[in-house]
Amino acid sequence: MADLAVDKDMSHSAHGSSTHGSSAGISNVKLGMWLFLGSECLLFGGLISTYMLYRGRVSQGPTPSQVFDIPFTSVSSFVLLMSSLTMVLAVSSAAKKDDRGTTLWLTVTALLGATFVGGQVYEFTAFKSEGLGFGTSLFSSSFYALTGFHGVHVTVGIIMLMAMVGIVQRGEFPGSKAETIEMIGLYWHFVDIVWIVIFTLIYLIPV
Amino acid sequence: MTISERPTSHIALPFVEVPVTASTTFGVLKRPVSTTGWKSWVFTVDHKKIGIMYGATAMFFFVVGGIEALLIRLQLAAPNGKVLNADVYNQMFTMHATTMVFLFVMPMAAAFANYFIPLQIGARDVAFPRLNAFGLWALIFGGIFLNLAWFLGGAADGGWFMYAPNSGPVFSPTHGVDFWAFGLQIAGIASLSGAINLIVTVLNMRAPGMSLMRMPIFSWMALVVQFLLLFAVPVITVALFLLMFQRNYGATFFDVSAGADPLLWQHLFWIFGHPEVYILVLPSFGIVSEVLPVFSRKPLFGYPFVVFSGAAIGFVGWGVWAHHMFASGLGPVSVAVFSVTTMLIAVPTGVKIVNWTLTLWGGKLWFTTAMKFSIGLIVLFTIGGLSGVTHSVAPSDTQQTDTYYIVAHFHYVLFGGAVLGLFAGFYYWWPKIFGKMLSERIGTWNFWLMAIGLNLTFGPMHILGLQGQPRRMYIWTEARSGEGFFNLGFWNLISSIGSFVIALGVLLFLVNVVHTARKGVVAPLDPWDARSLEWMTTNPPKEHNFDAIPTVHHLDEFFHRKYKEDENGAMIKVMSAEEILTEQELAADEHIHMPSPSYWPLVLALGLPIIAYGVIFSTPIAVFGGIIVLFGAFGWGLEPATAKESDFDSPTHSGDQSEEVVPVG
Amino acid sequence: MNTAQVHSKETEHGMSNVGYVRIALILGIITALEVSTYYVDFGPLFLPALLIMMSIKFVMVVSYFMHLKFDNKLFSMMFYAGLILAIGVYSAALATFKFFLS
Repeated sequence: MADLAVDKDMSHSAHGSSTHGSSAGISNVKLGMWLFLGSECLLFGGLISTYMLYRGRVSQGPTPSQVFDIPFTSVSSFVLLMSSLTMVLAVSSAAKKDDRGTTLWLTVTALLGATFVGGQVYEFTAFKSEGLGFGTSLFSSSFYALTGFHGVHVTVGIIMLMAMVGIVQRGEFPGSKAETIEMIGLYWHFVDIVWIVIFTLIYLIPV
Repeated sequence: MTISERPTSHIALPFVEVPVTASTTFGVLKRPVSTTGWKSWVFTVDHKKIGIMYGATAMFFFVVGGIEALLIRLQLAAPNGKVLNADVYNQMFTMHATTMVFLFVMPMAAAFANYFIPLQIGARDVAFPRLNAFGLWALIFGGIFLNLAWFLGGAADGGWFMYAPNSGPVFSPTHGVDFWAFGLQIAGIASLSGAINLIVTVLNMRAPGMSLMRMPIFSWMALVVQFLLLFAVPVITVALFLLMFQRNYGATFFDVSAGADPLLWQHLFWIFGHPEVYILVLPSFGIVSEVLPVFSRKPLFGYPFVVFSGAAIGFVGWGVWAHHMFASGLGPVSVAVFSVTTMLIAVPTGVKIVNWTLTLWGGKLWFTTAMKFSIGLIVLFTIGGLSGVTHSVAPSDTQQTDTYYIVAHFHYVLFGGAVLGLFAGFYYWWPKIFGKMLSERIGTWNFWLMAIGLNLTFGPMHILGLQGQPRRMYIWTEARSGEGFFNLGFWNLISSIGSFVIALGVLLFLVNVVHTARKGVVAPLDPWDARSLEWMTTNPPKEHNFDAIPTVHHLDEFFHRKYKEDENGAMIKVMSAEEILTEQELAADEHIHMPSPSYWPLVLALGLPIIAYGVIFSTPIAVFGGIIVLFGAFGWGLEPATAKESDFDSPTHSGDQSEEVVPVG
Repeated sequence: MNTAQVHSKETEHGMSNVGYVRIALILGIITALEVSTYYVDFGPLFLPALLIMMSIKFVMVVSYFMHLKFDNKLFSMMFYAGLILAIGVYSAALATFKFFLS
């Protein structure tokens, strides 16, 4: 699925110039992206439901409330939330054809995203040392599967952001750079809203 | 039907097919530019070529799945069967179902959708041509990967629904289930990318004037199917990932000793699985809704009802999944709710059957092979639909669960519904795709053998099931087979004979294909006096489909261009298909630039099975596959869909001021 | 759609950068409120309050950062169709596990 995200996003750039026969008067790429995001709702919905079903089932190892570090996760949630702001500023710079601003905000977004992923790696390592392996309990399996999937999505987003920084520097690109960045933005914000849901349902609501 | 000569084009088309100079990506790889030979197929992004390749792939797997079915029936033909042992039998029915569902019916429906949606809506290609090619290759690699397990320690053996925990490492120790899970995952990526592509195509690329309610009915049904795929595929993706984590990384999702709920898999699978049922059958409903009006010489009866009942089936199809789980102890409330919704979904399906019947009513029926298959669908699908209604009654279903009665039901709806519809499509659209008519004489034999064979095969299964013969048992004994009319041995034998009659029918189809390719009749431009837009092109259509994009004024646009009402209200033919085509050619668009062939979809798709192989056997291989995917994605992103202007020969004819191009894709 | 069109659309319907910062501020404040529920006892209001705040954040990001509020309605339909379907089927599935009774 993660591969597809890259693929989707890469493909649009080239097709972006086509408005031929556009009966709804909208961009093909953007419509495709929103369809993809609608589809992703079902993916994360399944993982979240699995977690909700299994969160209280701890036959061995620590329980959620024993391992969760709410202050730490709150900070990394805030970092991801702010990366949405910097992303939107990158999109707005790109629309104004401001290459310097675009590069700046894309880089900041990627850095904030990397901070979030770094935090997640730290969190996983800490949980592991507290005795919460992938196969320890139903809670641990479903927790790692859900947050891991999200982490992979953020990582794919970071790769796309960095690739875009390179492309903006290089200058030459088939299709519209502004629209490509807008699509990466949609993907990035989607990853953010998934985390908004995860943060509340998984971390803040106790079992 | 009279004119069999095609008009010659009066003007030299200014159409540029491919770039003359190859451009490069990464400064290394040149773009493919071949217009002939295998390269023109492997690197193509043309929706018609991709559609044909989807069809060929599906046909290949149809034969594979058919051979698996014959082996199953051989084993069960007589008591104490010796053809397969228990283990291989498990693999055989699992792979038979998986192959038929995921590698035959779905890709064949995708073949028709790919080929005909752009033609029916008056577009030159799909919205994302390279994504389309990627979907094809992902399907092919997924299908190969699935079947690779036969040679690497044994295929999957848990049934096509692969219930956990039975599919866990304890009960399925070979890698068969791993190959199954990854193969479906890869094929799922193909379905998802295809769904996004075709939805965008239909919603955003219809010809001027073609409102949704003027859209040919096949495109409508295909659209509903793409929405079902869009939302159903991610659900099975989740289930497959959970299974994969359990089998390869020691997760506990289905480990009952750790407190897992075995129903979790069942829910995830059937939330996907029930929409999947409609994904399989709705394309065929679309095809017969095209065929019946053409050969009844009447418009489709109640077009809006057919459209809305199709959409309703797609919608209600999301609320019935637990009827596959009536025997699992869901609890009375859940069972009651899903029982009622299941009865409800019979209503829109019934609406369709009424509409088809009333389309036939009072029509001037022309019994071509396509028409025979379509009428066969109405009759046989109705039988399967009715036994389906008996399943919605939960107490009755509890008796029938896991018996051959269920096998009878879903073969009537899938073979009698989906497969007959696809065959109707072959005979109806063959002249459009290949420019030659399939033999009607062989076709008639083909139809009757398949229709009789399927009743012989699946009809007795109702009796076997009600007598209590369980599904998935690999052997039966004379001592327990009962007596007289209900003797299991007799009906098992009939069923096995029937399966070979079907096989003969399918073989005749393949004979027909070869015969037609070698000495078939060249198809007239409009052999069936058809009604929809795809027939307003040459046979086979030009690479850019339409010389000029038509403006649409009616449902059944092509028919309304050929026929006008006279004073008495009778329809009079005013124009022939040839004249309409010539008119279009005279108004041809200048400089149609079609999207250019590309290596990247193939490269990207190739990375997927390598990742999967690596996860099963060795992580470094998976990393290598990941690098291929990343490389493919970058190559793809940095390559323009349509080659640059500098890649094309400059227009040769002088005096041409128009620099306007019509970009596609 | 070429760059110029994107550009003109942006200035027509989009928000100014100040507007985005304002949205981000509100999102930050809501997040702080959410986290505070961990430390302060909200009693029976705890669960509904958290879910409402989550939904507000979700809709704000989708409507403003993702431009859905200003864009073609078709985009909203496609996305919310997936979202509502997901909530519907998964809630129903969890209900059969008697998840909401506990």
